[in-house]
Amino acid sequence: MPSPALETPLIFDGGQDGRANRYVPPAPPVAELLPAALLRDDLPLPDNTELDVVRHFTRLSQKTFGIDTGFYPLGSCTMKYNPRINDALANLPALRDLHPFVPDALAQGALAIMWELERSLASLFGMAAFSLQPAAGAHGELTALLIAKAYYKKKNDTRRTTVIVPDTAHGTNPASAAMVGYRVVSLKSDARGRVSVDAIRAAAGPDTAVCMMTNPNTLGLFEDHIHEIAAAVHAAGGLMYYDGANANALMGNSRPGDMGFDLMHLNLHKTFSIPHGGGGAGAGPIGAAPHLVPFLPVPVVRAAGRDETSGRWPSDALTFALEFDRPDAVGTMRSFWSNFAHMVRALAYCYANGAAGLARVSQLAVLNANYIRASIRDAIDIPYDEINRHEFVASAQSIKRESGVRALDIGKALLDRGYHAPTVYFPLLVPECMMIEPTETESKETLDGFIAALREILTTARTNPQSILDAPVTTPVSRVDETRAARHPDLRWLPS
Amino acid sequence: MYTPHTARDIEEMLRVVGVDSLDDLVRVPEAVAIKALPDTVGPLAESEIAARFAQFAERTAAGNYLSFLGAGAYRHYVPPVIGALAMRGEFLTSYTPYQAEVSQGYLQAIYEWQTYVALLTGMDVANASVYDGATALAEGAIMAINATGRRAVLVSAAVHPNYRAVLRTYAAGLEIDVDELPYALAGTTDFTTLEKLLAGRRYAAVVVQSPNFFGAIDPLPAAAREMLTASGTLAIGVTAEALALAVLATPRSWGADIAVGEAQSFGNAVAYGGPHVGFIATTNEQLRRIPGRLAGRTVDKDGRTAYVLTLQAREQHIRREKATSNICTNQAHCALIATIYLAALGKTGLRDVAAHNLVQLAALRDALSALDGYAPRFTAPAFNEFVLRVPGRAAATLAALERRGIIGGLDLGRFYPELADCILMAATELTTGAEIERLAAALAEAGADAVARA
Repeated sequence: MPSPALETPLIFDGGQDGRANRYVPPAPPVAELLPAALLRDDLPLPDNTELDVVRHFTRLSQKTFGIDTGFYPLGSCTMKYNPRINDALANLPALRDLHPFVPDALAQGALAIMWELERSLASLFGMAAFSLQPAAGAHGELTALLIAKAYYKKKNDTRRTTVIVPDTAHGTNPASAAMVGYRVVSLKSDARGRVSVDAIRAAAGPDTAVCMMTNPNTLGLFEDHIHEIAAAVHAAGGLMYYDGANANALMGNSRPGDMGFDLMHLNLHKTFSIPHGGGGAGAGPIGAAPHLVPFLPVPVVRAAGRDETSGRWPSDALTFALEFDRPDAVGTMRSFWSNFAHMVRALAYCYANGAAGLARVSQLAVLNANYIRASIRDAIDIPYDEINRHEFVASAQSIKRESGVRALDIGKALLDRGYHAPTVYFPLLVPECMMIEPTETESKETLDGFIAALREILTTARTNPQSILDAPVTTPVSRVDETRAARHPDLRWLPS
Repeated sequence: MYTPHTARDIEEMLRVVGVDSLDDLVRVPEAVAIKALPDTVGPLAESEIAARFAQFAERTAAGNYLSFLGAGAYRHYVPPVIGALAMRGEFLTSYTPYQAEVSQGYLQAIYEWQTYVALLTGMDVANASVYDGATALAEGAIMAINATGRRAVLVSAAVHPNYRAVLRTYAAGLEIDVDELPYALAGTTDFTTLEKLLAGRRYAAVVVQSPNFFGAIDPLPAAAREMLTASGTLAIGVTAEALALAVLATPRSWGADIAVGEAQSFGNAVAYGGPHVGFIATTNEQLRRIPGRLAGRTVDKDGRTAYVLTLQAREQHIRREKATSNICTNQAHCALIATIYLAALGKTGLRDVAAHNLVQLAALRDALSALDGYAPRFTAPAFNEFVLRVPGRAAATLAALERRGIIGGLDLGRFYPELADCILMAATELTTGAEIERLAAALAEAGADAVARA
């Protein structure tokens, strides 16, 4: 096997004319089929044998770290095991090859999947209804803020122009607010790492459209005054938005709807075990409280017939249709109805757990995070050293002061020890921040191995800091020159 | 499920944490504590889940029908090698490649994807992907708005109706105007009013799609391109069927400043609408306005070639409300599938597939045009779709075909009331002569039915 350090040539550097694979029969030249003026001159793509292609992408996969290769404690990303049954179900030909424009009568099974998932999410998170449409969390945020905008427009309330976002929020929150023309009001966290009721009372006013919050927040702390916060925002006439990135902490235990949130998104690719696939595709369904349901994007899945929700398979007695004609809807958010293959995966995951199992999932995710925290607290600063939820933050500030080793370097040293790095330098308010989220699918043995590796790195940082600063040394490349990448952008291969 | 904790593990771990029970770990104030367990199905064993989804599949009857649907989602041959490589766990279960040293493989694949999109569109640069074709158009329009400082875009009515709908949804948020150019008799965009419309210098961009929603090849004519240049307006070229890029003149060659579209056709399943994969490509001039992730080639500390996510100062996790877009998660795995598809097919395979689409469409159009009462609605050259005018309402014809086990295509009356007697039909390399004969025979019968009923 080639050494992992060996460079893999680009697919464009190989290939020879005459090596084409015969996937379809030979075809007549296109010049015989269309006027020359409509045609392109050349198509400078390489022809490769299938074996070349297999080796190329196999090599690339070997230079990629996934959950399947090792522990991935990336905070805020919920890198849990992705069950293979879910992929097999998404690949069932009847579902995989289903065209989005087929008549509803011929898509009843697929619509039943969407309806069952929608009902399950509504019950799990305390919302009146969900739209499965958004393709990712940020897309869900955008959809929800468009709903807020449409809601105020319908009420002729033109003063609502701002969105309150705590300083611990994900970057997508303010970016989404900007995409609907809202001005962002940033809220400073209090000494407990939470939003204080006083701060929200001072910030919320007649211009407040929405307050966007994550609970537990990105420090891994439960916003224990969420009820009063929601009441304050509502008293000012604003809406509460729940960023569901951290929903893995609270399933079956506490529901955003009960906390007073009016709108929310879920990242099904985090909480519901859908593979991240190198950064997508995701799925970011949004939930709405009753007064906002009419504004959900179209289409929605409408059920008709006998409602036999007490039966084992509630959807079997119903017939379904995609409903487009909803006058208050914000419109449509994407080419077609949902990232449907992911809805299949998410429903299968719901089935595997049931509500009680999902509650257990969240409890064990919280246990794993706290176990790591309690096991390293004597070796590194834990700025908020209390019972955290599914993730927590550590700070490398004092290690940096003593040895010059930063959070980034600790992350790189973990790569050498077979672990993925935690999220670093986020949230922004903790200096030299490392955000650790183990998820519930990791065993105590795995956590113990990680804890030992981290403790060893922290010791080495003080005795031999250079070895940590030099890390990683076992990976296909050493530290990458990001400055050069940004100063001299090389974003594509060019034919020579 | 999928949790490894033994009772003893839990006990030991709770002791280390210093609490007595799991409930103590997740305690919340009484006011927000859950009152009863949510109502969901499960837990089920894997064998039960598989059986349940077999029922869902059984209840999804479309698979038993012969289908001529296209309209932005296309059934193409997918070599098994694509899935075998793309479903490797390292690719499937990785996150966004923020840790470059352990993500060199995926980063290189993204760089190769960006290159493929640039080569196919003729543009200088492409991003790592966006959600789908419709959101690619919306993001492209935002780029043009930011580049020009203008607050309106002008869109051809022959652009995919769902893409236009999404553009309008995004536009409502940004409070920008979306106006439309009509389509002409040939089925291509009618540019006769363009000069007048551009005179006010109101529009950030003009949007055309080629092949357009009717299947017609509809590039920006040279005269229109000159008007855009004269008025400082950008051109956005949309492609809802990326396969066409293998043979048609590139968006760059007819003057697109921003090329956007949908690449589902490259190895991705139609999957009832998603996930598919949108792309955005542009000129070097507009590079810093492009939304989402970009993989770049650089070197490591030892001088070896290395790849990394770059120009992140455009993105939400750095710039927050000043970012070029809010996009974070994209469609990386769908883009990977497309990349492997393009590598496996190569220029020869891709051209062959595209040529078969042209051949089969011609066969379909010829066979149906020969039928009494049926005729193509438009005359412009097409790629793999065309519009058939039927006697009476399209809905009635489609219902008659459905009774004969055929999904004939899309009723255009759904989006264009004036085309309620028209069906949009697609043929791909998977469409056979026998299938076309079966459709023609069914249409002949359906036509006779309609006459008999009338």
